[in-house]
This record gives sequence, C-alpha cells and structure tokens, in this order.
Amino acid sequence: MSEGATMSDIKAVPVLAEAGRGAEFVRRLRVSSEFFVIPVFALIVAAVGFALFLLALGKSPVDFLSYVWKGGFGSAFSFQNTLQRSAPLILTAMAVAIPARIGLIMIGGEGALVLGGFAAAAIATPMVGVLPPFLTLTIMFVFAAFVGACWVAISGYLRYARGVNETISSLLLTYIGIAIMNFFVEGALRDLSNPNKPSTKPIGDAYMVGKIPGTEVHWGLAVGVLLAILLQLLMTRTTFGFAARVTGGNFRAALAQGLPVGKIIVACSMIAGACAGIAGFYEVAAIQGRANASLAAGYGFTGILVSFLARHNPLAIVPVAILFGGLVASGGLVQRRMDLPDATVLVLQGLIFIVLLISETLYGRFAIFRPGDAKDRT
Amino acid sequence: MNASLLTVLIAMLGGAIRVSTPFMFVALGECLTEKSGRVNLGLEGTLVLGAMVAYAISYHTGSPWAGVFAAGCAGSVLGAMHGSICSLKKVNDVAVGIAMMLFGTGVAFFFGKPYIQPAAPRLGSIPLGGFSDNSALRSALDVNPLFFVGILMALLMAWAFANTRWGLIVRTVGDSAAAALAMGLSVNLVRFLSTTAGGFLAGVGGAFLSLSYPGSWNQGLSSGQGLMAVALVIFARWSPIRCVIAALLFGAAGAIGPSLQSVGITQGYYFFNAAPYILTLIIMIATSSATRSARDMPGELSMAK
Repeated sequence: MSEGATMSDIKAVPVLAEAGRGAEFVRRLRVSSEFFVIPVFALIVAAVGFALFLLALGKSPVDFLSYVWKGGFGSAFSFQNTLQRSAPLILTAMAVAIPARIGLIMIGGEGALVLGGFAAAAIATPMVGVLPPFLTLTIMFVFAAFVGACWVAISGYLRYARGVNETISSLLLTYIGIAIMNFFVEGALRDLSNPNKPSTKPIGDAYMVGKIPGTEVHWGLAVGVLLAILLQLLMTRTTFGFAARVTGGNFRAALAQGLPVGKIIVACSMIAGACAGIAGFYEVAAIQGRANASLAAGYGFTGILVSFLARHNPLAIVPVAILFGGLVASGGLVQRRMDLPDATVLVLQGLIFIVLLISETLYGRFAIFRPGDAKDRT
Repeated sequence: MNASLLTVLIAMLGGAIRVSTPFMFVALGECLTEKSGRVNLGLEGTLVLGAMVAYAISYHTGSPWAGVFAAGCAGSVLGAMHGSICSLKKVNDVAVGIAMMLFGTGVAFFFGKPYIQPAAPRLGSIPLGGFSDNSALRSALDVNPLFFVGILMALLMAWAFANTRWGLIVRTVGDSAAAALAMGLSVNLVRFLSTTAGGFLAGVGGAFLSLSYPGSWNQGLSSGQGLMAVALVIFARWSPIRCVIAALLFGAAGAIGPSLQSVGITQGYYFFNAAPYILTLIIMIATSSATRSARDMPGELSMAK
C-alpha cells in the first residue's frame, strides 16, 4: 500500500489505513463466521430432521417448539429455571472443552460431577451445626473441586504415562465414580432417618447456597460464567494456554520443544475435573441439599454435546449451555403435554450431535469463509 | 471344600458363561471394525438398541429368534450410520462413536418405553448339566445357544482373517490405507462394510441381554458393557479367539457381585458391581504403553497415531 506513496499521497494514508482496517475486519469476520454459521446450520438441519421424526409419529413439531419455548424461555420463571439448569451444563461442558484443546476427548464429566457432589455432602456432614455456613460451603466447594480434579486427572495421567485411551478410561471412571457414591450412600454414610431414597444427611436450609440477588438462580451460574471467562483467558492469553495449544496442535513438536507435556495434560484434566466437581457441589449445595443417585442426572453427558457445539470455546459454551438448559428445563412440560417419553430429549440431543459431527466435513469448503485464499493458491 | 465357596464358584462359572455372551458379541463386532482401521465407540448404544428391538420383535412375533435377527439388523443400521459418517473427511471416529452412543440409547429408550411391562418370549437354553445331581451346577450349565454361536463366530472370524481374500482385504485396509489404495481397494467401502457387520454382531449381543440374561427390557439393562467390550478388544490384541477368552474373564468378574449375593454376602455389593469397570481399567493400564503402540494393533487406528 505504501510502496508507491509519493508526497501528494501522504494525506490519503490515514484514510487508506482506515479502509485497510475495515477490510481486515471484514476478512476476519468472514473467517470466524465459519465457526458460527456451520454449527447453526447443523442445528437447523437437526431440527428439521427432528421435526420429520415427530411428524412421522403423528406429533406436531410446532407444538414441540412452543412447549420448549414456554417451558424454557417464555416467562421470567421458566427462563430462571433454564439458567439454573444451564449452570451445571456450562461447567460440565468446560470439563470436555479444556482437554479437547490439547487434543484429548475426555467424557468423564458425569463421574467427576457425581463424586464432587458426593464429596461435598460427605465433608459437610460433620461440619453442619459446628462451623458457620460460609466457611462450611467454602470447604465443600474446594473439596468438591479437588476430588473432581483428582478423578479426571487419573485419565490424563494414564494417557500420558501409559498411553491409555482417555475417552474409554474417563467413561469407565464415570461408572466407577457412580458406584463409589452408591457404595457410601447406601452404606456408611446413609441417612437412616430418610427411608425413601438412600441419601447422605441433608446439609440443611441454613447451609444451602443462596440465590443471585433479584433472581431465583443460584450462584453456580455466576461461577460458571466467571470460570468460562477465566479459562478462555487462560487458554488464549497465557504462556500455559499457548503451551497447551502447541501440545494439542502437534504433540511431537511440543515434546521436541521441551514443553512439560505430561504436566500440561494432567493440569488440563485437573481443570476439567475441578469444573465438573464444582457443578456437583452446586447440585448438592444449591439444589438437592444432599447427595444421592439423582446427582447422575446426565448433565455430564449433555455437557459433551454443549462443548462440541461450542467448538470447545469456553465463551461460546455459555449461550449453548443456556440453549440446552432450556431444552432440559422444558423436558417435563413437553413430555406431559405431548405424551412423549422422557427419552425424547435424548433422541434430539443424539440427532444434533450426529448432524454436528457430519458438518465438520464442511469446514474449508466454502470460498466465502476464505477471503484471499484464491489469490494465495495461484 | 467349603460349601459356600463352592456355591460361589459354581455361580461364577454359570455367571461367566451368561454374562460373557454379550461381551463376546460386542467384542467380536468391534474386533472386525477395528481390524479395518476404525474405532466404533458407539457399540454401547448399539447394544441397548439391539436389546430393545429384540424384545419388541420377540413380543410381537412370538419368536425370540426373529428378535435376535431384528436386533442384528438394527445394529447394522447404526453401524452403517457410523461407517458412512466416518467416510466423510475431517470427521473424528471417536467423537462419532460418542454421538452414536447417545443416539442409540436415546432411540432405544424412546421406542422401548411401552415394552418395559409386557413379557416377551425368551430364548430357550441347552441343559448341559444333566450329568450332575447338583442343582446349582445344572442351572449354571443351562447354556444359551447364542454362547456357542459366539464361539463359532470367533473361530470363523479367526479363520477368515488368516485364510480368506476378504480377511486379507480387511487387514490390509486396517494396517495401511495407502497399501490398500495401491491394491485398488476402496478403503471407505471396506470400513463401511466392516462397521456395519460389526454393528450386526453388537446388536445380537444386545438381544442376548433382553432375551436371555438378565432376560427383560428396562433402561438400566446395559451399563457400560458395550464400552468395556471395546476396551476388551485392545486387551485381546485384535484376535477373535482371545476376544472370547477375555469375554469369559469379564463375565466371571461381572458375576462376582451376584454370586456373593446368592450366598448372602451383600456387603460391598456396589463395589463388586464396579469390579468389571475396575478390571477393565487395570487391564488397559497393564496392556498399554506410552512409548509404543500395542502389539498387533492395526496401523490405521486413530488410537495408534
């Protein structure tokens, strides 16, 4: 641009730079919009597919949509319910997203959530009535995060030290984690005064996490959003994040560079597990009040889909989690009004997941997202 | 010998035979798929869908074997979906497996709800324990014919991999896509067919769950057997015969909890229920290595890279 500049052109330079900046902005927008347009397109295709599925069953897709809207987003009450349910989804999605940044597909969020929640309830039992609520909750929070972190770190460590497939091991650990909770909840830590459902002792209303002022939503949502921002900064703006991205991009290059690959893998899996453990903490301390089998409600599995849809980007996870929180929140209403089984949401999620993965093949195929590409090739 | 110990051992023998059958079918299916160079983690979903379809068809037609066949067909549909999606460029087969797991389970629960209550005709079994007066041993040796079908299948697969043109094609595609291309083979087609056939076997494994042991359809029927079977293939080092042996081992591990319960030991029930998962994990740790890929591993597997 400046090569042919003469004295008479000098005045024009700022204008050109402005135009250059504008063009650069448009170029960047075109490049990054690919990561928005293709997932949204996949969502639409999956929605059309699901609508055809409902039509084939003689149900109305319009009814479905209106009930999801009504049950998940339509009123202040339902939207707050949605936000409440999106809190664990944000956290469990991050449990998938952070390892995914270093190229690991870990799906152990459900297990870390269950164990984290159980650990929080278990450590609270002797402290309730002895320590003040805030201190108790802080200890519960830290312990839940720690237990979740250690649990997922097992998969990460085994991957690095023994080459054990992390996807399989993390899912196995989920089953083991749920079994550990059941073992204690039905045995040593069972609240014998509650004959209905094997649970730990309730922590009591005075010890429950409060709501965000002015809303009916517990603090887990704020913590989830805050963690999403912090983790986005960690992965994009720090040396650690850079090292993690190098490890994810090219494992051998990272090794050759002398990066502490093992530590990075374990650290990322610990962050992942801590997020899921915190989700478990809020399920116990803000919703259930005790640990029991209801902790394994499938948030960890929905979180996998949320993370993939958000392309493992912590900031994008928040809106996607709210979308799916609404789907989960409206599930009951949809089932009752349309006489559909509770697995309907599972079918829809599976369908979205499949279409989304098919859409991966579309990346890089459209010239509109590749400004300047044609010139580069010649 | 202590009588209760004997009871436990006999119950474990019977349990090993019963519990191992679905493991065997899923592992053989996954073995075939992985031999062609792809991982299908979605067989857990295939197993559940197979169980549901088998139960429903057996209920409607009155013929459990029609149910077994239908379960296999449902499994092949899921396998074909996995196989065709993975043929697309840039698609990760492990992620597709997770999606298929959710999808298969979801579809099975969705359509399976009306079949939780009614009783469908179950598969008969072959009484092999007639020689013994011990009733526990007799019931342990009431073996389902599918168990033998599975063993025959393993022998057939082992022979086919080693001695037939088709076996060679699958192995070539699995070991080196470049070599297969040079031979003029369609890599995606071979993998598609292998995944579809593997899905059929996993579906049949599901049919065993709902039509023989435990022998009813409910949403908690399979909890990770499909996934463990995938891990088991690694342990069996991609040999169909070793898949059968590993399945028997897993069956015995899975039978520890119920066997102990049968003699009144209920303590640690949940721990023993977790035994198969823990065993799987230990086996994976023992057989993997950070520095080299597992012996006999097909070279094209994404796990190997």
